[in-house]
Amino acid sequence: MKAVVELTRATKRYGRIAALQDVSLALNPGETVAVIGHNGAGKTTLMKLVLGLIRPSSGSVLVHGADPAGRKGARVRRSVGFVPESVAFHAAMTATELLSFYARLKGAPCEKNKTLLERVGLAEAAHRRVGTYSKGMRQRLLLAQALLGQPGLLLLDEPTSGLDPESRSQIYETIDQLRTEGATVMLSSHALAEIEHHVSRVALLHRGRLIAAGDLPTMRRQVSLPSRLRLTVKHCMTERVLSSLTEEVTLMSRGPDWLEFAVPETSKISLLREVTAMPDVVLDVEMKHPSLEVLYHHLCAEEE
Amino acid sequence: MTALLVIAGQEVRAGIRNRWVIMTTVILAALALSLVLLGSTPTGTIGASPLTVVVVSLASLTIFLVPLIALLLSFDSIVGEDERGTLLLLLAYPVSRGQIVLGKFVGQITILALATVVGYGVAGAVLYFGSAGDAENWPDFAVLIGTSILLGAVFIALGVLVSIVVRERATAAGLAVGLWLLLVLVYDLALVGLLVADQGKSVTESMLNGLLLLNPTDIYRLINLTGHDAVAQVAGMAAMQANLSLSALYAALLAWVALPLAAGVLIFNKRRA
Repeated sequence: MKAVVELTRATKRYGRIAALQDVSLALNPGETVAVIGHNGAGKTTLMKLVLGLIRPSSGSVLVHGADPAGRKGARVRRSVGFVPESVAFHAAMTATELLSFYARLKGAPCEKNKTLLERVGLAEAAHRRVGTYSKGMRQRLLLAQALLGQPGLLLLDEPTSGLDPESRSQIYETIDQLRTEGATVMLSSHALAEIEHHVSRVALLHRGRLIAAGDLPTMRRQVSLPSRLRLTVKHCMTERVLSSLTEEVTLMSRGPDWLEFAVPETSKISLLREVTAMPDVVLDVEMKHPSLEVLYHHLCAEEE
Repeated sequence: MTALLVIAGQEVRAGIRNRWVIMTTVILAALALSLVLLGSTPTGTIGASPLTVVVVSLASLTIFLVPLIALLLSFDSIVGEDERGTLLLLLAYPVSRGQIVLGKFVGQITILALATVVGYGVAGAVLYFGSAGDAENWPDFAVLIGTSILLGAVFIALGVLVSIVVRERATAAGLAVGLWLLLVLVYDLALVGLLVADQGKSVTESMLNGLLLLNPTDIYRLINLTGHDAVAQVAGMAAMQANLSLSALYAALLAWVALPLAAGVLIFNKRRA
């Protein structure tokens, strides 16, 4: 499978500061990859490299097999949609006017603009001045311009920051739709709990270096963080459950009718087998895997 | 090429929307009209046609006003987009940086040309229907409108260059005001001071010509106030009628448009996004 985006040992230096260092990352067709990391970790620099707005100091960046900052850069950018972190559109223009401007720039047919505005939920406000828009509406307009011309690759720089829950879920809905349509998406975000369920892979940047990349189960196995297991048991039966367990587990907290354990990855299955063997005492089992947020803090702390 | 025109078109549309077009047209028309209506009073004694008087006074007014309007239109072309975040978005489109710069320039000069043609045209129409036509001087009026637009183009090009070299909108505004003061007021004062102090000892005529070509407003003045006999008499600049040919003056003015633009594109291409 040919990668849509391929960074090979890409480094970007501004003076003596390395904004990105030795980053190798490939995005396969149809993948949704989240780039996470602290502020200034190099997320935006990475996107600018992929867009060809800046050139790598060393290493290489290829988009659809071509150099986005090279002579064929314009052709590459025609099939890329971009949502920058913050944009203040001309306040006196309407959404329809702005979208047709961007469509003409991209060489996309203007007839589809109406459908596009409907898709992001701006159909009713299409003829209102953008100055009257809420933050969520402006962000949705920004997403609409990125979808012009049905790009095969979308770069979304913190598309949900500062939005209300409804706008957020609408943006994720669109991302999920794009996924099913086969578009490749790279998005950066700080809302780790939210993106967890909308991406196929995560790339973690820390001080300009890529310290982890992969799907969540793989990353969990690598860091071997314990999962949480919560058992609901019959009243006052907790002692009986505890005494009959042979697997090595750590009891985190307990109540008269519940127990919570930290379970290492290696003993997860055998513990579950033991627990489910006592259906008369154990009423319910709830397993919580370490979240992306926990993984993130763990990996960053390891780097320090 | 298409992208350039799309950007220029958007610039004009924005100019109409934020009332720049109507404002500049009204200002230019109002001032030109007042000159036409007031300016015809004192003409009888010197035997010049009212049209010639209007051309001379309008040219003097243009030198102050048009550069100011041009700089106001253009000083934040790039830096303004940068601060709003729309520049990053624009650069992510299949558009070259040269197209962005030239598109902005074309859009802004269209706005200024529209305002000048309509504004001065209204004054011209009043003059045409009001007084007995002195047909032979109408070309001077046409030259006035054309060169006023060209002078505007020079200062738009300079404003666009300013908007590329600075990193903050406020700096661009300051620089634009400084540029206006220097080229419209200070330069000529300094030149007069130099000539008075020198008493014609070391400043030769060709040196003076060179010094005049270094300032676009002086080139404009030379074209409009000394380029034509009838006008030069009224303007009291017959003595100045330089040995510079008209074509050299036009070429110099065009160079003043082309050089800042070329420098702007070059610098914009080099700087990081």
